[in-house]
Amino acid sequence: MHSQVTVRVNGAPVVVPSGTTIAVAMVLVGQPCRTSVSGEPRGPLCGMGICFECRVVIGGIPHCRSCQVLCEQGMEVTTEK
Amino acid sequence: MKQMNKEVQRRFDVLVIGGGPAGMAAAARAAECGARVGIVDDNFRLGGQIWRGEPDDGQKTDASRWAERVRASGVTALCGLRVVHQPESGVLLAENLDGFCELTYEKLVLVTGARERFLPFPGWTLPNVMGAGGLQAMVKCGLPIRGKRVVVAGTGPLLLAVAAYLRKHGAEIPVICEQASWRDLAGFGLALFRWPGKILQGLQLKRNLAGVPFAANSWPLAAQGRQTLESMTISHAGKAENIPCDYLACGFHLVPNIELPSLLGCAVANGCVQVDDFQRTTVPHVFCAGEPTGIGGVELSLIEGQIAGLAAAGHASEAQALLDERRKALRFARLLDHTFRLRSELRSLPSSETMVCRCEDVSYSHLLQHSSWRAAKLHTRCGMGPCQGRVCGPATQFLFKWNPDSVRPPVFPVRVETLAAMASQLQPQHSEVTGGQ
Repeated sequence: MHSQVTVRVNGAPVVVPSGTTIAVAMVLVGQPCRTSVSGEPRGPLCGMGICFECRVVIGGIPHCRSCQVLCEQGMEVTTEK
Repeated sequence: MKQMNKEVQRRFDVLVIGGGPAGMAAAARAAECGARVGIVDDNFRLGGQIWRGEPDDGQKTDASRWAERVRASGVTALCGLRVVHQPESGVLLAENLDGFCELTYEKLVLVTGARERFLPFPGWTLPNVMGAGGLQAMVKCGLPIRGKRVVVAGTGPLLLAVAAYLRKHGAEIPVICEQASWRDLAGFGLALFRWPGKILQGLQLKRNLAGVPFAANSWPLAAQGRQTLESMTISHAGKAENIPCDYLACGFHLVPNIELPSLLGCAVANGCVQVDDFQRTTVPHVFCAGEPTGIGGVELSLIEGQIAGLAAAGHASEAQALLDERRKALRFARLLDHTFRLRSELRSLPSSETMVCRCEDVSYSHLLQHSSWRAAKLHTRCGMGPCQGRVCGPATQFLFKWNPDSVRPPVFPVRVETLAAMASQLQPQHSEVTGGQ
Protein backbone atom coordinates (compact mmCIF):
# COMPACT_ATOMS: atom_id res chain seq x y z
CA MET A 1 0.00 0.00 0.00
CA HIS A 2 3.00 2.33 0.26
CA SER A 3 3.31 2.91 -3.45
CA GLN A 4 4.45 6.26 -4.70
CA VAL A 5 3.16 8.53 -7.43
CA THR A 6 4.87 11.33 -9.32
CA VAL A 7 3.06 14.55 -10.15
CA ARG A 8 4.50 17.68 -11.76
CA VAL A 9 4.07 20.92 -9.84
CA ASN A 10 4.78 24.02 -11.95
CA GLY A 11 6.86 21.79 -14.22
CA ALA A 12 8.99 20.10 -11.54
CA PRO A 13 8.43 16.42 -10.67
CA VAL A 14 7.35 15.67 -7.08
CA VAL A 15 7.24 12.15 -5.67
CA VAL A 16 4.64 11.55 -2.93
CA PRO A 17 3.11 8.49 -1.28
CA SER A 18 -0.23 7.49 -2.82
CA GLY A 19 -3.11 8.92 -0.81
CA THR A 20 -1.49 12.35 -0.68
CA THR A 21 -3.63 15.31 -1.74
CA ILE A 22 -2.48 17.88 -4.30
CA ALA A 23 -2.67 20.56 -1.56
CA VAL A 24 -0.06 18.65 0.44
CA ALA A 25 2.17 18.30 -2.63
CA MET A 26 2.02 22.08 -3.15
CA VAL A 27 2.99 22.80 0.47
CA LEU A 28 5.77 20.18 0.33
CA VAL A 29 7.50 21.93 -2.56
CA GLY A 30 6.77 25.40 -1.17
CA GLN A 31 4.70 26.53 -4.14
CA PRO A 32 1.65 28.74 -3.63
CA CYS A 33 -1.65 27.22 -4.76
CA ARG A 34 -2.87 30.46 -6.23
CA THR A 35 -2.10 34.13 -6.60
CA SER A 36 -4.77 36.38 -5.09
CA VAL A 37 -6.62 39.23 -6.80
CA SER A 38 -3.99 41.67 -5.52
CA GLY A 39 -1.05 39.36 -6.25
CA GLU A 40 -0.42 37.68 -2.87
CA PRO A 41 0.71 34.04 -2.75
CA ARG A 42 -1.92 31.84 -1.06
CA GLY A 43 -1.96 28.29 0.26
CA PRO A 44 -4.47 25.95 1.90
CA LEU A 45 -6.43 27.34 4.86
CA CYS A 46 -9.39 25.17 5.83
CA GLY A 47 -8.17 21.81 4.48
CA MET A 48 -11.76 20.67 3.97
CA GLY A 49 -12.97 22.21 0.73
CA ILE A 50 -14.84 25.30 1.87
CA CYS A 51 -12.39 28.22 1.69
CA PHE A 52 -11.24 27.79 -1.95
CA GLU A 53 -7.81 29.21 -1.08
CA CYS A 54 -6.09 26.05 -2.37
CA ARG A 55 -7.44 26.35 -5.92
CA VAL A 56 -4.97 25.11 -8.55
CA VAL A 57 -5.00 24.19 -12.22
CA ILE A 58 -4.98 20.40 -12.69
CA GLY A 59 -4.40 19.06 -16.19
CA GLY A 60 -5.51 22.39 -17.63
CA ILE A 61 -8.73 22.55 -15.57
CA PRO A 62 -8.76 25.71 -13.40
CA HIS A 63 -10.39 26.24 -9.98
CA CYS A 64 -9.76 22.72 -8.65
CA ARG A 65 -9.71 22.60 -4.84
CA SER A 66 -6.40 20.84 -4.29
CA CYS A 67 -7.29 19.67 -0.76
CA GLN A 68 -10.10 17.52 -2.21
CA VAL A 69 -8.07 15.84 -4.97
CA LEU A 70 -5.63 12.95 -4.51
CA CYS A 71 -2.34 12.92 -6.46
CA GLU A 72 -2.43 10.57 -9.43
CA GLN A 73 0.54 9.43 -11.48
CA GLY A 74 1.44 11.98 -14.15
CA MET A 75 -0.88 14.80 -13.02
CA GLU A 76 0.19 18.26 -14.18
CA VAL A 77 -0.51 20.88 -11.52
CA THR A 78 0.14 24.60 -11.77
CA THR A 79 -0.35 27.58 -9.49
CA GLU A 80 -3.58 29.37 -10.37
CA LYS A 81 -2.86 32.95 -11.49
CA MET B 1 -24.04 19.15 -21.91
CA LYS B 2 -22.02 16.83 -19.77
CA GLN B 3 -24.02 14.53 -17.59
CA MET B 4 -22.79 11.62 -15.52
CA ASN B 5 -23.99 8.28 -16.79
CA LYS B 6 -27.51 7.25 -15.89
CA GLU B 7 -26.35 4.91 -13.16
CA VAL B 8 -25.47 7.91 -11.04
CA GLN B 9 -29.08 9.14 -11.14
CA ARG B 10 -30.42 7.67 -7.97
CA ARG B 11 -33.68 7.45 -6.08
CA PHE B 12 -33.66 7.01 -2.33
CA ASP B 13 -36.21 6.64 0.45
CA VAL B 14 -33.81 8.49 2.73
CA LEU B 15 -31.02 10.66 1.35
CA VAL B 16 -28.35 11.82 3.80
CA ILE B 17 -26.25 14.85 2.89
CA GLY B 18 -22.98 14.77 4.81
CA GLY B 19 -20.76 11.77 5.66
CA GLY B 20 -19.55 12.73 9.13
CA PRO B 21 -20.55 11.00 12.39
CA ALA B 22 -24.14 12.36 12.33
CA GLY B 23 -24.56 11.37 8.68
CA MET B 24 -23.17 7.87 9.15
CA ALA B 25 -25.37 7.31 12.20
CA ALA B 26 -28.46 8.59 10.37
CA ALA B 27 -27.74 6.49 7.28
CA ALA B 28 -27.06 3.28 9.20
CA ARG B 29 -30.11 3.58 11.47
CA ALA B 30 -32.42 4.37 8.52
CA ALA B 31 -31.02 1.52 6.40
CA GLU B 32 -31.29 -0.92 9.32
CA CYS B 33 -35.05 -0.12 9.31
CA GLY B 34 -35.20 -1.33 5.72
CA ALA B 35 -35.12 2.01 3.94
CA ARG B 36 -33.20 2.49 0.72
CA VAL B 37 -30.53 4.96 1.83
CA GLY B 38 -27.94 7.07 0.07
CA ILE B 39 -25.21 9.12 1.76
CA VAL B 40 -23.45 11.92 -0.11
CA ASP B 41 -20.20 13.62 0.84
CA ASP B 42 -17.98 16.19 -0.83
CA ASN B 43 -14.85 14.48 0.51
CA PHE B 44 -13.31 11.42 -1.08
CA ARG B 45 -14.30 9.17 1.82
CA LEU B 46 -16.80 9.03 4.67
CA GLY B 47 -15.91 10.01 8.24
CA GLY B 48 -16.26 13.78 8.08
CA GLN B 49 -13.55 16.03 9.41
CA ILE B 50 -13.29 14.41 12.84
CA TRP B 51 -12.96 10.79 11.68
CA ARG B 52 -10.99 11.62 8.54
CA GLY B 53 -8.34 9.02 7.93
CA GLU B 54 -8.80 7.05 11.15
CA PRO B 55 -6.05 4.43 11.22
CA ASP B 56 -7.31 1.08 10.00
CA ASP B 57 -5.27 -0.91 12.50
CA GLY B 58 -8.06 -3.26 13.47
CA GLN B 59 -8.77 -1.37 16.69
CA LYS B 60 -12.50 -0.92 17.32
CA THR B 61 -13.40 2.75 17.55
CA ASP B 62 -16.69 4.62 17.18
CA ALA B 63 -15.52 5.48 13.67
CA SER B 64 -14.88 1.86 12.67
CA ARG B 65 -18.08 0.61 14.31
CA TRP B 66 -20.26 3.13 12.44
CA ALA B 67 -18.38 2.58 9.18
CA GLU B 68 -19.11 -1.14 9.55
CA ARG B 69 -22.82 -0.50 10.23
CA VAL B 70 -23.03 1.75 7.16
CA ARG B 71 -21.45 -1.00 5.03
CA ALA B 72 -23.43 -3.86 6.51
CA SER B 73 -26.80 -2.12 6.16
CA GLY B 74 -26.38 -1.63 2.42
CA VAL B 75 -26.16 2.16 2.36
CA THR B 76 -25.12 3.56 -1.02
CA ALA B 77 -22.16 5.88 -0.39
CA LEU B 78 -21.57 8.60 -2.96
CA CYS B 79 -18.29 10.34 -2.15
CA GLY B 80 -16.60 13.22 -3.97
CA LEU B 81 -20.06 14.54 -4.79
CA ARG B 82 -21.27 17.99 -3.79
CA VAL B 83 -24.92 19.07 -3.60
CA VAL B 84 -25.34 22.52 -5.15
CA HIS B 85 -29.06 23.11 -5.67
CA GLN B 86 -32.61 21.82 -5.25
CA PRO B 87 -34.30 22.35 -8.62
CA GLU B 88 -37.64 21.08 -7.30
CA SER B 89 -38.97 19.56 -4.10
CA GLY B 90 -37.59 16.05 -3.67
CA VAL B 91 -34.75 16.47 -6.17
CA LEU B 92 -31.19 17.62 -5.54
CA LEU B 93 -28.59 18.54 -8.12
CA ALA B 94 -25.03 17.42 -7.31
CA GLU B 95 -21.69 17.85 -9.02
CA ASN B 96 -18.34 16.08 -9.05
CA LEU B 97 -15.13 16.41 -11.08
CA ASP B 98 -16.73 14.56 -14.02
CA GLY B 99 -20.12 16.23 -14.28
CA PHE B 100 -23.45 16.50 -12.51
CA CYS B 101 -26.37 14.27 -11.55
CA GLU B 102 -29.80 14.36 -9.93
CA LEU B 103 -30.63 12.63 -6.67
CA THR B 104 -34.26 12.13 -5.70
CA TYR B 105 -35.56 11.44 -2.22
CA GLU B 106 -38.65 10.85 -0.13
CA LYS B 107 -36.98 12.04 3.09
CA LEU B 108 -33.88 14.18 3.35
CA VAL B 109 -31.43 14.33 6.28
CA LEU B 110 -29.11 17.34 6.24
CA VAL B 111 -25.96 16.71 8.24
CA THR B 112 -23.66 19.30 6.74
CA GLY B 113 -21.35 19.67 9.74
CA ALA B 114 -19.40 22.72 10.74
CA ARG B 115 -16.37 24.68 9.67
CA GLU B 116 -13.76 26.56 11.66
CA ARG B 117 -14.28 30.22 12.41
CA PHE B 118 -11.36 32.25 11.11
CA LEU B 119 -10.62 35.76 12.35
CA PRO B 120 -8.38 38.14 10.38
CA PHE B 121 -5.13 39.52 11.83
CA PRO B 122 -2.10 41.00 10.03
CA GLY B 123 -0.33 38.27 8.04
CA TRP B 124 -3.11 35.67 8.27
CA THR B 125 -3.16 35.26 4.47
CA LEU B 126 0.46 34.00 4.40
CA PRO B 127 0.88 30.42 3.15
CA ASN B 128 1.32 27.95 6.07
CA VAL B 129 -1.12 29.88 8.24
CA MET B 130 -3.91 27.29 8.38
CA GLY B 131 -6.93 26.35 10.39
CA ALA B 132 -6.28 24.11 13.40
CA GLY B 133 -8.51 21.42 11.94
CA GLY B 134 -7.16 22.51 8.55
CA LEU B 135 -3.56 21.63 9.38
CA GLN B 136 -4.66 18.37 11.00
CA ALA B 137 -6.54 17.47 7.83
CA MET B 138 -3.44 18.24 5.77
CA VAL B 139 -1.31 15.98 7.98
CA LYS B 140 -3.91 13.22 7.65
CA CYS B 141 -3.63 13.71 3.88
CA GLY B 142 0.11 13.16 3.86
CA LEU B 143 1.81 16.38 5.04
CA PRO B 144 4.97 15.40 7.02
CA ILE B 145 5.00 17.36 10.27
CA ARG B 146 7.89 15.70 12.15
CA GLY B 147 10.33 18.28 13.47
CA LYS B 148 8.18 21.21 12.34
CA ARG B 149 7.40 24.01 14.78
CA VAL B 150 3.64 24.62 14.96
CA VAL B 151 2.04 27.41 16.98
CA VAL B 152 -1.54 26.39 17.87
CA ALA B 153 -3.88 29.31 18.54
CA GLY B 154 -7.50 30.40 18.70
CA THR B 155 -10.17 28.95 20.93
CA GLY B 156 -12.11 25.78 21.64
CA PRO B 157 -11.47 22.16 22.56
CA LEU B 158 -10.29 21.43 19.03
CA LEU B 159 -7.00 23.24 19.75
CA LEU B 160 -5.94 20.64 22.33
CA ALA B 161 -6.99 17.70 20.16
CA VAL B 162 -5.07 19.11 17.19
CA ALA B 163 -1.99 19.91 19.27
CA ALA B 164 -1.96 16.37 20.69
CA TYR B 165 -2.35 14.89 17.21
CA LEU B 166 0.43 17.01 15.73
CA ARG B 167 2.76 16.23 18.61
CA LYS B 168 2.10 12.53 18.30
CA HIS B 169 3.23 12.87 14.69
CA GLY B 170 6.49 14.54 15.69
CA ALA B 171 5.66 18.25 15.59
CA GLU B 172 7.17 20.63 18.10
CA ILE B 173 4.51 22.87 19.71
CA PRO B 174 6.14 26.04 21.10
CA VAL B 175 2.83 27.16 22.62
CA ILE B 176 -0.94 26.68 22.57
CA CYS B 177 -2.68 30.10 22.75
CA GLU B 178 -6.26 29.91 24.04
CA GLN B 179 -8.13 33.22 24.07
CA ALA B 180 -10.56 32.10 26.80
CA SER B 181 -9.76 33.18 30.35
CA TRP B 182 -8.40 30.83 33.02
CA ARG B 183 -11.54 31.56 34.98
CA ASP B 184 -13.83 30.28 32.21
CA LEU B 185 -11.56 27.33 31.55
CA ALA B 186 -11.57 26.41 35.24
CA GLY B 187 -15.38 26.56 35.23
CA PHE B 188 -15.40 24.34 32.16
CA GLY B 189 -13.10 21.83 33.85
CA LEU B 190 -15.29 21.68 36.96
CA ALA B 191 -18.48 21.33 34.95
CA LEU B 192 -16.95 18.37 33.10
CA PHE B 193 -17.63 16.18 36.13
CA ARG B 194 -21.10 15.70 34.68
CA TRP B 195 -19.54 13.97 31.68
CA PRO B 196 -17.07 11.34 32.90
CA GLY B 197 -16.26 10.33 29.32
CA LYS B 198 -15.08 13.83 28.58
CA ILE B 199 -12.85 13.83 31.66
CA LEU B 200 -11.19 10.67 30.42
CA GLN B 201 -10.61 12.25 27.01
CA GLY B 202 -9.27 15.34 28.77
CA LEU B 203 -6.83 13.32 30.85
CA GLN B 204 -5.59 11.49 27.78
CA LEU B 205 -5.05 14.83 26.06
CA LYS B 206 -3.22 16.14 29.09
CA ARG B 207 -0.87 13.16 29.04
CA ASN B 208 -0.26 13.56 25.31
CA LEU B 209 0.45 17.24 25.76
CA ALA B 210 2.75 16.95 28.81
CA GLY B 211 5.42 19.63 28.59
CA VAL B 212 3.64 21.70 25.95
CA PRO B 213 3.19 25.31 27.15
CA PHE B 214 -0.50 26.25 27.34
CA ALA B 215 -1.41 29.93 27.59
CA ALA B 216 -4.92 31.15 28.41
CA ASN B 217 -5.84 34.82 27.80
CA SER B 218 -3.57 34.51 24.76
CA TRP B 219 -4.15 35.08 21.05
CA PRO B 220 -2.34 35.71 17.76
CA LEU B 221 -1.45 39.35 16.96
CA ALA B 222 0.39 39.01 13.65
CA ALA B 223 2.06 36.52 11.32
CA GLN B 224 5.34 37.39 9.63
CA GLY B 225 7.21 35.94 6.68
CA ARG B 226 8.34 36.72 3.15
CA GLN B 227 6.74 34.07 0.91
CA THR B 228 5.49 31.80 3.70
CA LEU B 229 5.09 31.99 7.49
CA GLU B 230 8.35 32.45 9.44
CA SER B 231 7.21 33.68 12.84
CA MET B 232 4.18 34.61 14.94
CA THR B 233 3.61 37.47 17.32
CA ILE B 234 1.23 36.47 20.07
CA SER B 235 -0.35 38.31 22.96
CA HIS B 236 0.43 36.50 26.18
CA ALA B 237 -0.30 37.87 29.66
CA GLY B 238 -0.76 41.31 28.16
CA LYS B 239 2.63 41.30 26.38
CA ALA B 240 3.57 40.75 22.74
CA GLU B 241 5.89 37.79 22.19
CA ASN B 242 7.60 36.68 18.98
CA ILE B 243 7.86 32.96 18.21
CA PRO B 244 9.65 31.51 15.15
CA CYS B 245 7.57 28.74 13.57
CA ASP B 246 6.86 26.79 10.37
CA TYR B 247 3.07 26.61 10.67
CA LEU B 248 0.26 28.31 12.52
CA ALA B 249 -2.75 26.12 13.29
CA CYS B 250 -5.43 28.65 14.15
CA GLY B 251 -9.19 28.40 14.54
CA PHE B 252 -11.75 30.18 16.70
CA HIS B 253 -14.15 27.36 17.50
CA LEU B 254 -16.72 26.24 14.92
CA VAL B 255 -19.52 27.66 12.79
CA PRO B 256 -22.47 25.50 11.65
CA ASN B 257 -22.74 24.91 7.89
CA ILE B 258 -26.30 26.09 7.31
CA GLU B 259 -26.11 27.14 3.65
CA LEU B 260 -27.90 24.10 2.21
CA PRO B 261 -30.62 23.96 4.91
CA SER B 262 -31.16 27.72 4.38
CA LEU B 263 -31.42 27.29 0.63
CA LEU B 264 -34.10 24.65 1.17
CA GLY B 265 -36.05 27.05 3.35
CA CYS B 266 -35.39 25.54 6.78
CA ALA B 267 -35.88 28.07 9.59
CA VAL B 268 -32.64 29.27 11.16
CA ALA B 269 -32.17 31.16 14.43
CA ASN B 270 -28.92 32.39 15.97
CA GLY B 271 -26.99 30.75 13.18
CA CYS B 272 -28.44 27.27 13.84
CA VAL B 273 -31.08 25.20 12.01
CA GLN B 274 -34.26 24.88 14.08
CA VAL B 275 -35.46 21.31 14.72
CA ASP B 276 -38.06 19.57 16.88
CA ASP B 277 -37.58 16.53 19.13
CA PHE B 278 -37.27 14.23 16.13
CA GLN B 279 -34.81 16.48 14.26
CA ARG B 280 -37.54 17.66 11.87
CA THR B 281 -36.87 21.06 10.34
CA THR B 282 -39.66 23.49 9.45
CA VAL B 283 -39.68 22.05 5.91
CA PRO B 284 -41.76 18.87 5.50
CA HIS B 285 -39.71 15.67 4.94
CA VAL B 286 -36.44 17.46 5.71
CA PHE B 287 -34.48 16.57 8.86
CA CYS B 288 -31.31 18.12 10.24
CA ALA B 289 -28.81 16.76 12.78
CA GLY B 290 -25.36 17.38 14.22
CA GLU B 291 -23.44 20.63 14.16
CA PRO B 292 -25.87 22.61 11.91
CA THR B 293 -28.39 22.54 14.77
CA GLY B 294 -25.75 23.88 17.22
CA ILE B 295 -22.10 23.06 17.90
CA GLY B 296 -22.09 20.13 20.30
CA GLY B 297 -19.34 17.71 19.31
CA VAL B 298 -19.25 14.12 18.17
CA GLU B 299 -21.34 12.49 20.94
CA LEU B 300 -24.29 14.83 20.36
CA SER B 301 -23.91 14.42 16.60
CA LEU B 302 -24.14 10.63 16.88
CA ILE B 303 -27.27 10.85 19.02
CA GLU B 304 -28.98 13.42 16.78
CA GLY B 305 -27.97 11.52 13.65
CA GLN B 306 -29.53 8.33 14.97
CA ILE B 307 -32.76 10.12 15.91
CA ALA B 308 -32.96 11.74 12.47
CA GLY B 309 -32.26 8.44 10.69
CA LEU B 310 -34.90 6.55 12.66
CA ALA B 311 -37.49 9.31 12.28
CA ALA B 312 -36.81 9.68 8.55
CA ALA B 313 -37.30 5.93 8.11
CA GLY B 314 -40.67 6.14 9.91
CA HIS B 315 -39.43 4.55 13.15
CA ALA B 316 -39.57 7.62 15.39
CA SER B 317 -40.84 5.57 18.33
CA GLU B 318 -37.50 3.73 18.49
CA ALA B 319 -35.77 7.08 18.88
CA GLN B 320 -37.48 7.75 22.24
CA ALA B 321 -34.64 6.22 24.23
CA LEU B 322 -32.16 8.61 22.64
CA LEU B 323 -34.03 11.76 23.64
CA ASP B 324 -32.71 11.73 27.23
CA GLU B 325 -29.17 11.20 26.03
CA ARG B 326 -29.58 14.15 23.75
CA ARG B 327 -30.77 16.41 26.56
CA LYS B 328 -27.62 15.64 28.52
CA ALA B 329 -25.35 16.20 25.53
CA LEU B 330 -27.09 19.49 24.76
CA ARG B 331 -26.08 20.82 28.17
CA PHE B 332 -22.47 20.18 27.20
CA ALA B 333 -23.00 22.08 23.96
CA ARG B 334 -24.22 25.13 25.88
CA LEU B 335 -21.19 24.93 28.15
CA LEU B 336 -18.93 24.95 25.07
CA ASP B 337 -20.65 28.06 23.72
CA HIS B 338 -20.23 29.86 27.02
CA THR B 339 -16.63 28.89 27.73
CA PHE B 340 -15.26 29.63 24.28
CA ARG B 341 -17.18 32.82 23.47
CA LEU B 342 -14.94 35.33 21.74
CA ARG B 343 -13.39 38.18 23.75
CA SER B 344 -13.89 41.70 22.38
CA GLU B 345 -10.13 42.38 22.09
CA LEU B 346 -10.13 40.11 19.02
CA ARG B 347 -12.17 42.73 17.16
CA SER B 348 -9.16 45.03 17.10
CA LEU B 349 -6.73 42.48 15.60
CA PRO B 350 -6.97 43.55 11.92
CA SER B 351 -4.95 46.56 10.77
CA SER B 352 -6.43 48.80 8.07
CA GLU B 353 -4.59 46.82 5.34
CA THR B 354 -5.50 43.34 6.65
CA MET B 355 -7.53 41.41 4.09
CA VAL B 356 -10.84 40.31 5.58
CA CYS B 357 -12.31 38.77 2.41
CA ARG B 358 -9.56 36.52 1.07
CA CYS B 359 -11.37 35.62 -2.16
CA GLU B 360 -11.74 39.21 -3.36
CA ASP B 361 -8.92 40.83 -1.33
CA VAL B 362 -11.13 43.30 0.50
CA SER B 363 -9.28 45.01 3.33
CA TYR B 364 -10.54 45.94 6.78
CA SER B 365 -10.40 49.68 6.00
CA HIS B 366 -12.62 49.20 2.94
CA LEU B 367 -15.21 47.34 5.00
CA LEU B 368 -15.19 50.01 7.72
CA GLN B 369 -16.88 52.36 5.28
CA HIS B 370 -20.02 50.21 5.15
CA SER B 371 -22.84 49.60 7.55
CA SER B 372 -24.16 46.17 6.56
CA TRP B 373 -23.17 42.87 4.97
CA ARG B 374 -25.31 43.67 1.95
CA ALA B 375 -23.83 47.16 1.45
CA ALA B 376 -20.31 45.75 1.81
CA LYS B 377 -21.08 43.03 -0.74
CA LEU B 378 -22.49 45.47 -3.28
CA HIS B 379 -19.68 48.01 -2.95
CA THR B 380 -16.59 45.90 -2.27
CA ARG B 381 -17.45 42.37 -3.49
CA CYS B 382 -16.79 41.12 0.05
CA GLY B 383 -18.25 37.62 0.32
CA MET B 384 -18.88 37.30 -3.41
CA GLY B 385 -15.86 35.15 -4.28
CA PRO B 386 -15.76 31.35 -4.58
CA CYS B 387 -16.22 30.65 -0.84
CA GLN B 388 -19.40 32.74 -0.96
CA GLY B 389 -18.77 34.29 2.42
CA ARG B 390 -18.10 31.05 4.28
CA VAL B 391 -14.86 32.52 5.68
CA CYS B 392 -15.49 36.29 5.81
CA GLY B 393 -19.19 35.98 6.74
CA PRO B 394 -18.61 34.66 10.28
CA ALA B 395 -15.61 37.02 10.61
CA THR B 396 -17.62 40.14 9.72
CA GLN B 397 -20.47 38.92 11.90
CA PHE B 398 -18.06 39.06 14.82
CA LEU B 399 -16.12 42.18 13.77
CA PHE B 400 -19.03 44.39 12.71
CA LYS B 401 -22.10 42.48 13.99
CA TRP B 402 -23.30 42.11 10.40
CA ASN B 403 -25.90 39.48 9.62
CA PRO B 404 -25.58 37.49 6.43
CA ASP B 405 -28.57 37.71 4.12
CA SER B 406 -30.18 35.33 1.69
CA VAL B 407 -28.54 32.15 0.43
CA ARG B 408 -28.88 31.74 -3.30
CA PRO B 409 -28.39 28.76 -5.54
CA PRO B 410 -25.97 27.29 -6.30
CA VAL B 411 -24.65 26.92 -2.73
CA PHE B 412 -21.17 26.26 -4.14
CA PRO B 413 -19.56 27.53 -7.36
CA VAL B 414 -20.43 25.12 -10.19
CA ARG B 415 -19.33 24.36 -13.72
CA VAL B 416 -21.09 26.01 -16.65
CA GLU B 417 -22.68 22.65 -17.65
CA THR B 418 -24.25 22.32 -14.20
CA LEU B 419 -25.42 25.93 -14.32
CA ALA B 420 -27.04 25.25 -17.67
CA ALA B 421 -28.89 22.28 -16.18
CA MET B 422 -30.01 24.51 -13.33
CA ALA B 423 -31.06 27.37 -15.58
CA SER B 424 -33.93 25.47 -17.13
CA GLN B 425 -35.47 24.86 -13.70
CA LEU B 426 -34.13 27.76 -11.67
CA GLN B 427 -36.79 29.57 -9.72
CA PRO B 428 -36.38 32.25 -7.09
CA GLN B 429 -36.03 30.15 -3.97
CA HIS B 430 -34.36 32.41 -1.46
CA SER B 431 -34.62 32.21 2.24
CA GLU B 432 -33.58 34.78 4.76
CA VAL B 433 -31.08 33.73 7.37
CA THR B 434 -32.36 35.40 10.49
CA GLY B 435 -30.85 35.98 13.88
CA GLY B 436 -27.11 35.82 14.31
CA GLN B 437 -24.84 36.43 17.25
